[in-house]
Formats: sequence, C-alpha cells, structure tokens
Amino acid sequence: MRAHTDITEALPGTGIDLGETSSAEAASWLDRMLLIREFESTAGPLATAGAIPGGMHSAIGHEAVAVGVGSVLRTDDVAAAPHRSHHVALAKGMDPGLMMAELFGKRTGSSGGRGGHMHLADFGVGFFGSNGIVGAGVGLALGAALAQSYRGEPRVAAGFFGDGGANTGRVWEFVNLAAAWQLPLLVVCENNGYAVETRIRDSMAGDSIAGRAAGFGLPAVQVDGQDVAAVHRAAAQAAALARSGGGPTFIEALTYRHLGHDIGERGQYRTAEEVAWWERYRDPIERLRAALVARGDLDDAGYQQAAERARDRVAAAVSAAEAAPLPDPATVTDGVTATELNIRTGS
Amino acid sequence: MTATDSNQVTSRRITLSRAYRDGLAEEMARDPSILVMGTDLYERGGHWAQVTGLGPEFGRDRVRNTPISEAAMVAAGVGAALDGLRPVVDLNFADFAFGAMDEIVNQAAKVRYWWNRPVPLIIRGTTGFAGGGAQHNNSLEAWFCHVPGLLVAMPSTPADAKGLIKTALRGSDPVIFLMHKMLTGLRGEAGGPDDLVPFGQATIRRPGADVTVATYGVMAGKALRAAESLAADGIDVEVIDMRTLMPLDLDTVQQSARRTRRLVVATEAYRHGGVGGEIAAAMSESLFGELAAPVLRVGAGFAPVPHSPVLLDALTPGAADIERSVRAAMRAGGAG
Repeated sequence: MRAHTDITEALPGTGIDLGETSSAEAASWLDRMLLIREFESTAGPLATAGAIPGGMHSAIGHEAVAVGVGSVLRTDDVAAAPHRSHHVALAKGMDPGLMMAELFGKRTGSSGGRGGHMHLADFGVGFFGSNGIVGAGVGLALGAALAQSYRGEPRVAAGFFGDGGANTGRVWEFVNLAAAWQLPLLVVCENNGYAVETRIRDSMAGDSIAGRAAGFGLPAVQVDGQDVAAVHRAAAQAAALARSGGGPTFIEALTYRHLGHDIGERGQYRTAEEVAWWERYRDPIERLRAALVARGDLDDAGYQQAAERARDRVAAAVSAAEAAPLPDPATVTDGVTATELNIRTGS
Repeated sequence: MTATDSNQVTSRRITLSRAYRDGLAEEMARDPSILVMGTDLYERGGHWAQVTGLGPEFGRDRVRNTPISEAAMVAAGVGAALDGLRPVVDLNFADFAFGAMDEIVNQAAKVRYWWNRPVPLIIRGTTGFAGGGAQHNNSLEAWFCHVPGLLVAMPSTPADAKGLIKTALRGSDPVIFLMHKMLTGLRGEAGGPDDLVPFGQATIRRPGADVTVATYGVMAGKALRAAESLAADGIDVEVIDMRTLMPLDLDTVQQSARRTRRLVVATEAYRHGGVGGEIAAAMSESLFGELAAPVLRVGAGFAPVPHSPVLLDALTPGAADIERSVRAAMRAGGAG
C-alpha cells in the first residue's frame, strides 16, 4: 500500500470498470457527482465574493468517494463528515436548498444560520453532521453504530475523515472501540495527500493509513478514490459485513482536491503540474463519463442533460437562499439547552 | 422503637454513592434506552462503587467496560444520544474529561444550538480535593459552566445525588454530573423511585437571619458546621446549597441576601475565576445598595493540589475559613 499517489507513479490507465453496475445505478452516480461538482463550483465563488460569509472547504475532486460510499447507504443509515463535507451531505441525500441557505446564514438553512458550512446536518436523511474538528465525525458515527448495534438493527454508519485526521489520537480510539465491540461502522479516510498545506509524506510515519488501521484487527482496504465503481464495491462489501454483524471496515480512498484547502487559498505547497495532472487524468466525473460512453450508456446529449439538471437544482438553491429571511438577532441565545437557564445578562 | 424498626431506619440511610447507583438502576429499569459505559464498571462497579452490582443486574450490553479511551467513550455517547439512546459515560475521575474535552465542549454541548436535537448524555465524574496529588483532584465545574449547552450538577447529599441523576436521565440536555470524593461515603436518606430533584432550584439547608452562605458540594456540610459554631456566638447563618451550577438559582440567593444583607460565597474550587465569583458578581450587581457588607468569597488558594497532607490541608478551604469570612461580613458595615 502507498501513502498517496504521486504523478510520477501514476496508476495504470484512466479507465474505470463498472462491472455489473446497472445503467440506471451508474447514471444515478453521475447525477449525484455532477450535483456535488455544481454545488461546489457555485458556492465557492459566492464565498470568495462575500455573499456567503465565512470560509469554505471545497470538495471538488472528492466526489467519487462520497458517492461511492453513499451508494450503499440507505436513508436510515448514518453518515458523518469532517470540515470538507458538502459532497458527503449531498451523497447522503441532503437537500441542496437547505445547505445553500445555511451557507448564506439564512433562517431557512439547516440550522437557521447557527451552524454554517462546517455544521450542516439533516437527521431526516441520516446525515449526522459536518464537523469542524478533524476526525470528530468518525466518533459521532461510532456512537450511531453503537446505538444501531444495541437495538439490533441492521443499519450501518459511515464516518468520514481525512489524512490529516489520521494523525490525531481520537481517530484511533474510535477505530479501536469499533473493532473491539464489532460495531457496524464504515471508517472512510479520504486521503487527498495534504493536511491543509502539509504533505502526508512529510508528516506521517509508516507506509499507509490503511496499514495502520489493519493493526486494529479489522478489514482495512485501500481503494482508488477517483474511481466511483471501486469505492462502491469496497463500501458494498463493508456494509454487507456490518449489516450481518461482522463489524467495522476501514476504507482508505486515495483522492485529490482540485482546489485549495479552503476557498481563496494561494498555496505554494504543490505545483500547477500536479494539480493539472489530477484534473486531466484522474477527474472522477470524467472517468465515469468515459466508462458510460464506452459502454454505450451515455452520449453527449445525455451528459449535457445531466449537467443541466444539476445546474437547475443548484441555481434554484441559490435563488431561494438569496431571497430567504435572515435569522432574528433577538433569538441568538435561544435554544442553547432544553432546560431553562435563566442566565442574567445584566443587572 | 424495636430493633427491627431501628434496622430499617439505619438501612434507609445510604451512602451518596449508593444513592446515585440506586437512582441510575431505577431509571435503567424503567427506560431500556439507558446504558452506562466506562472503565472498570461491570465487575468492579466503578472506582467509587457508583455502579456496584449493575453489571450482573443489567448485563454487558447495558453496563459496558470500555478501554481507557475517553474521547471514544464520550464521542460514542454523543453519537448514540443523537441516535436515540440515553448513554451515561462514567469517567470515574472527572479529571479524565481532559481526554475528551473536544467531544464534550465542541460536540455534545453545541448540537442542540445548531440542530435543535436532544442530546440526553450524562457524563459522570468524581471530583474535588483529596489525597492523590494534582492530576486526580481537579475542580472543573467552572470550566463546564463556561460552556453554553452543558448542564452541571454537584450534589451534596444522597437524596440530591439520587434525585438529580433521575432528573438528568429524564431530560434531553447533556449533563456533567460531579460527585465529590469526600462525599462518596456520606450517609443520608434518599427518596423513592419518583422523587426527582429539579435542576436550577437551590435549597436552604439551614435558615438564618444574619448572613447568607451560598455554597455547593462538599462545602455545604462545612458551611453547616461553621453555622453551628457561629450560632454559639449569636450569629444566625442561612446556608444555601446550589445543587446545580448550570442552571444556577441566583433568585434564591438574591432573596436570602436581600433579607440578611450579608453574603459569603463558599467553594472548594479556586477562589479565583470560579463559580463563586459569578454568584458574587451577580449579587453585587443586583443588591449593591442593599447590602451591609461586601460580598465575600471563600475558596482554595491558587496552586495545583499537593501531595503532602499538611500542604493539602493548607490549600483546602474548611469550616474555619467560612466562619472567618462570616465574622468579617458581620464586622463590615457594623450591626445589620
């Protein structure tokens, strides 16, 4: 296994193998990935322009990881994500309108403007939240897996984190407990090669993150995170194992973010050639598109229609968010607890 | 009274630790969504006998021994609470919360504000000054009170330990439940299965007319001893036990201090930067013109908890410190 993929050690070929995947299912993956790409391509510039307050972490390039895992999750299964999370939320079925309104800080957002882009959640579709703390979402998914196991339900939970999180202690506490208690958890590491601006090769001991995980005695696999079909196969196997009481699986997906750690970043830590290589040879959407075309499942018109559907949904989300009311400032200390606190704010 | 009657009376006087355990057991029996997890719980019954016998009674699914992984046990508690369970994470020592501060402060506490989602999670720890040195005897109540989204309970009697844990287990907020080491074996009567103690309601342990002492936890008993001593000199002290620190029942303190016109706030935790300072400040703001003396605070000096018993005694506030402050309050401003 490898720490990450350099362009100098390119994976063989750019094609992906859809195997037995039905045309309808593969088309649904494409739709979802295009929705993510469109959401990120739209929200990013709005954040740079200041229409969306605060920063943002774009998931362009990570689409196949979220959609591949999300393709095996049911609505009542759980997913939790880190700071880079829009793709996971959308893959789990969260409404882009709820998300966009939250990004804008509007009353109609998923937490009424109280959370922002790092604290999206929609419990109705099993999305247990983005998380501003690296690795922390895995812990919430661990707890959901505990609840599912405790009640004897055949549900699973997927906790996403990044290569940066793989150097926190908490993640390995979570993996150990999940393995020790054989909980129905998918631990999904999105290894994009950089913790903010620090290369994984400069900061991580050992050969690979999945190699570390294997030491905890659970199945640990490394997959090409730019190949949605490969991610789907690994996740399907993991979910089937978890649903049948076989415990957790660790999936390390090798991926790459096309943009910086956050919107507006002007980092000097990677070369333009490296970014261009990933965009040209390892774009997860282009690879899926090519595979569908090769199989005769998709033509140019079909692709353009899919892209148009994504544009329409995101444009509607932006229009609704722009028109939505702001939260009432008088409510800023409401709902901190269910119990009345009666805090005195003055004499 | 017959011997049998006497035994029955004695048997109702249970330890604070036992009262907590009984409250937890009663709630576990009525609500299958409650489970407790922490180190050394199933066989040992916890390091403070706080879950003695619950393992065999409820089984390994509901009384779970965890690895020494505080972040994992609290994170699992938060996630399970979000998925509909009512987990009790027992840290044994409250100090071990340091290994899970992100999970407590950045996860459990903030969920309701963002997502209006109940987080019925209890985090129990034994706290306060005792032998054993600096790393097992921290007083963290002020830390947790400074975090919006957490409730903080700190009972001083068996009845309150039982009644407060039962209330916590029927609520929907994350609760930091702190029990003082030196109260573990304190005996007293405790209520029945339906005797709940509400959060945010202080209680007057001793009515008095001259000086109000507002306190909580281990200091409640010390305040009562100080009051008895002062009564011999004709100083009538009212002792208020806050019982929960979040919510904090300032109304009861205010009503009392308005009547006595003198207030002493006593904590074992450091006098500097603590809950006592919050009570004192709130009362100074609201009662400035009505008080006959400045609000005085009793609390520990500012040092890590030392090992040597003579040093530990020097740091630990006692009944004598409360007595001294009450006398100072009586001197200030002349006769009430």
